[in-house]
Amino acid sequence: MTATDLQRPTGATPPEASRPTPSVQPRLPLGERLLRTPVVLPLVTFLLLLVLWESCTRLFSVPSYILPSPSRIVLGFESVSAGRWAEHIWATLRVALLGYLVSFAVSLPIAVGLAKSRLLSGALYPLLVVIQSVPVVAVAPIIIVVLGTGDAPRVVITFMISFFPLVVSMTTGLAATPPELIELSRSLRAPSFREITQIRLPYATPYIFSGMKISITLSVIGAVVSEFVAADKGIGYFIQFSTSMFKLPQAWAGLVILVAMSLLLFQIVSQTQRILFPWSLPKGQK
Amino acid sequence: MALAPNAIAFSGVGQTFLTGTGAVTALDGVSVTIAQHEFIAVLGPSGCGKSTLLRLTAGLMKPSTGSVSVFGLPVTQPRDDVGIVFQKPTLLPWANVEDNVVFPAKHKQGRVTREDRDQTQAIIETVGLAGFESRLPSELSGGMQQRVGIARALFLNPDILLMDEPFSALDALTRETMGFELLRLWQASPKTVLFITHSISEAALLADRVLVLSERPGRVIADLPVPTARPRDESSLGTAEMQDYAAHLRSLLIRKDAA
Ligand SMILES: Nc1ncnc2c1ncn2[C@@H]1O[C@H](COP(=O)(O)OP(=O)(O)OP(=O)(O)O)[C@@H](O)[C@H]1O
Ligand SMILES: [Mg+2]
Repeated sequence: MTATDLQRPTGATPPEASRPTPSVQPRLPLGERLLRTPVVLPLVTFLLLLVLWESCTRLFSVPSYILPSPSRIVLGFESVSAGRWAEHIWATLRVALLGYLVSFAVSLPIAVGLAKSRLLSGALYPLLVVIQSVPVVAVAPIIIVVLGTGDAPRVVITFMISFFPLVVSMTTGLAATPPELIELSRSLRAPSFREITQIRLPYATPYIFSGMKISITLSVIGAVVSEFVAADKGIGYFIQFSTSMFKLPQAWAGLVILVAMSLLLFQIVSQTQRILFPWSLPKGQK
Repeated sequence: MALAPNAIAFSGVGQTFLTGTGAVTALDGVSVTIAQHEFIAVLGPSGCGKSTLLRLTAGLMKPSTGSVSVFGLPVTQPRDDVGIVFQKPTLLPWANVEDNVVFPAKHKQGRVTREDRDQTQAIIETVGLAGFESRLPSELSGGMQQRVGIARALFLNPDILLMDEPFSALDALTRETMGFELLRLWQASPKTVLFITHSISEAALLADRVLVLSERPGRVIADLPVPTARPRDESSLGTAEMQDYAAHLRSLLIRKDAA
């Protein structure tokens, strides 16, 4: 007889979930187990929030140009054809991804240079900080004028917004290699590029991925900012256009798509790390 | 060769580092010769320059004064016949045991040959890691990780093995086991070993000769052959001879600490 058995009032049937079955491990009640699965809690919160939002906007009849209800936003979705949505989404996604790729391609050699050479680090780092401090939104119109129409100016703007976290995280990662391994490499008289490719870069992987996770969402922001300045396509453009026409539910629908896009891209980066570099995940996240 | 040269010879070696706050003299006038296949333990207070001595031997830095030679030749750069084991195993966390052991070959040549793989297998067996080839370092105990570190250092079959407090991160029992394992490896395939440690009993149990360094700037204040013949085991430390020896080493170290 266990302590719980003793406390149970005699004759009363114990609640289903807490009755211990001999063959099965003791488990939490079903409800509690569900609550502890990672997606359930945020999902429930989110749904509750939607219901609250819907009922409030209806109850107080909030005009849709101030805050459209979720159902109005759904209507906003439907008022635009799937083909048009696809066009806008593709325009934004393309710029965001191109900008992201350029950021990565530019950051990597810069980070290697910064990590390897104190001279270069002294010369380049302040410059990078200056570039990072430039309010890109303010420079965007200038970039558009200089680079003309097409994707190029938008990709450059996206790059300017998203590259800095990558450079910083890569440099930190490359410098985080244990000095013993660098000594091992030197004691083997291995070519210096192999010290980078076989030791420093793999060591930097966890750092690089944290930078990549920040940068991927910044890339979406960059693409949208560039569309605000000059574009005839893209979700950013669509939101601006819809707002100017007072089609707020449509604008909100665009916003929802942007959030979904950011989340999806973030997940792709996270899962890439999880699948390709499981050892690089912090303990307890494997 | 007429006369076999010493495996390692330090003559008048001094090392001074220039730091932001001034010059630090880590070693001063160290002159020691180490014969081939000798097992030398180095004891000394923290910061006296033991690791520096090891780096100089490895050719990772040049002495400020004096010279270091290995097999009769001045050390100007790292050599293939010198292996290093660090205090922490510092393995590659993404590579399994086998890939960690074969890493020197991969890093040096850029690729791994069939023979390298065979060699890896043989070394893994020697250090007692058979069956763990595909484990990641994070899945191994500290003692096993250090076995991988030793296997990696042995991979290129060095004549000289430099070990910088290799067992100090291990618990006492594992540490003792690893010490005897090392002796077994050393007896099976003799090498010149330069073994840095903070443990007097470890030094006395493993080495042929123990060097005691003074506080910084490190000088050799004693160079004492271990009195007990090999093979040694757990009971070796219990003999009166060894107790006296250990007490002597301790007094040398403590005197320096108090000074
Ligand atoms: N690259 C370096 N630059 C400046 N100072 C250094 C450098 N390497 C070592 N030193 C200094 O030289 C002294 C000796 O260092 P070393 O690492 O050889 O000591 P150690 O005897 O191995 O100490 P420990 O027992 O703590 O490992 C220390 O004071 C250290 O701060
Ligand atoms: Mg040291």
